[in-house]
Amino acid sequence: MIRIPCPFCGPRDHAEFSYGGDGSITYPALDAPLEAWHDAVFLRVNICGRQVETWQHVHGCRLWLKVERDTMSHEIYSVTPADPALAKVLEGGE
Amino acid sequence: MTRFSGWNVLWQGMTGQKGWSRQWRDPQPKSHYDVIIVGGGLHGLATAYYLASNHGIRNIAVLEKSWLGGGNAGRNTTIVRSNYARPGNREFYEHSLKLWENLSHDLNYNVMFSQRSHIALLHSPGAIDGAARNYNTMRLTGTPDAEIWDLDRLKQAVPHLNYAPDARFPIMGAAVQTRAGTARHDAVAWGYARAADQLGVDIVQNCGVTGIVREAGRITALETPRGRITAGKIGFSVAGNTSRLWTMAGLGRLPIESHKLQAFVSEPLKPLLDQVVVFGMGGSHFYISQSDKGGMVFGGDLDWYKSYAQRGNLPIVQDVAEAAMSVMPCLGRVKLLRHWAGVVDMSMDGSHFICRTPLDNLYLNTGWNYGGFKASPASGWWFADLIANDRPAPMIANFDLKRFERGLQIDERGAGPDPKLHG
Repeated sequence: MIRIPCPFCGPRDHAEFSYGGDGSITYPALDAPLEAWHDAVFLRVNICGRQVETWQHVHGCRLWLKVERDTMSHEIYSVTPADPALAKVLEGGE
Repeated sequence: MTRFSGWNVLWQGMTGQKGWSRQWRDPQPKSHYDVIIVGGGLHGLATAYYLASNHGIRNIAVLEKSWLGGGNAGRNTTIVRSNYARPGNREFYEHSLKLWENLSHDLNYNVMFSQRSHIALLHSPGAIDGAARNYNTMRLTGTPDAEIWDLDRLKQAVPHLNYAPDARFPIMGAAVQTRAGTARHDAVAWGYARAADQLGVDIVQNCGVTGIVREAGRITALETPRGRITAGKIGFSVAGNTSRLWTMAGLGRLPIESHKLQAFVSEPLKPLLDQVVVFGMGGSHFYISQSDKGGMVFGGDLDWYKSYAQRGNLPIVQDVAEAAMSVMPCLGRVKLLRHWAGVVDMSMDGSHFICRTPLDNLYLNTGWNYGGFKASPASGWWFADLIANDRPAPMIANFDLKRFERGLQIDERGAGPDPKLHG
């Protein structure tokens, strides 16, 4: 069982979370060319090792999180709210 | 190498089983081959066999990073079926099933193919209508044995399911393919290896690819722990690790994610279940058959998150156990014997790729998602055809990497571009 340290709720079993997928994707603007959308929707680097991904704490605070995880060892390196503004507030910024 | 026959088995039985020769050679890799297949799984071995037998190419090597049958070839639930309804898939899997039907004779190796029926349980009128639509499509397009069963017929064939009126998911009928069934996974690997070896194919175990030498638009050589090997043509056929090899070749991104699929086998029981039974309702998924040794072989969903680790997680064990209890409550006190996880290349539409690549002499076979086992004969057949003739046959014309750019998704489940949902 992977334990994910939720920034609001503390460490919880991964079964409380829903997996969102590759967190490194930046979706293009709505009027971006089709190729840009094709790449964002369909293509993946599919890293074996450390990757950024999104998880939602559905059975807790329901926050979307960015989780840095090793896809081979399942070690978790960092967890932050996916919303950058919220992440900043939690870190004690503005 | 000794050819298997009734006479041979009898003779060896009378002379102490001492006359059997080894099943395939253990050759030193040569410095050059006409074709190198990377990946000694079922698909890679089948490709090498059909390259040699169908296309007369003999200077072939199969490079396997560990031992034959150690990867996904030995990490599956051995189910063979062709009940696919989408154009492209249905012809492909039906061709595969036809090859399965004659595989033991073709390879002179008993792959223990057993056409014991594949029974998908239905729990609502809507599900029955949906299955009837798909199965009618199959009957009209070359899969003659697709049937919809009512409850009486199902009860007669499979008496041990939970038919109670207070069942969590009361059963209303079933979608059945009677020519579907199971085969012995190890025997398929060994059979293809032995038959390919007999035709001169070098099967090189413990020989993973550690580097790829490229010049302009071609691969010129593969680096391995057993030296540098050059090849005219190269085929990638490495379930679970395609992206790593793709990156090694400097080729960027693929419509693939590596996910993990668990499976289970119980202690051996007396004959209990004579078919493959599949249950899927909402978020619950379960399939089960009984091996010839008596073990109940079963599984459920993917682990829901990306992973390269060949080990599973406990929430899925619980999910599968719950589903088992709702479908076959008689399994409640049966002990689990083993439990394993394989890494599968999940694609963006749940269908596979057998295609050329941006490099002239590199060919790709990947994206078998949840169910590559049943596909292995046709996969090898058509991958060999592609490599030998350098053009996709109509059978695999749409299984290329560019299909999403053309707006085509061959999406059997209708789940959309989310790999973890194509289970």
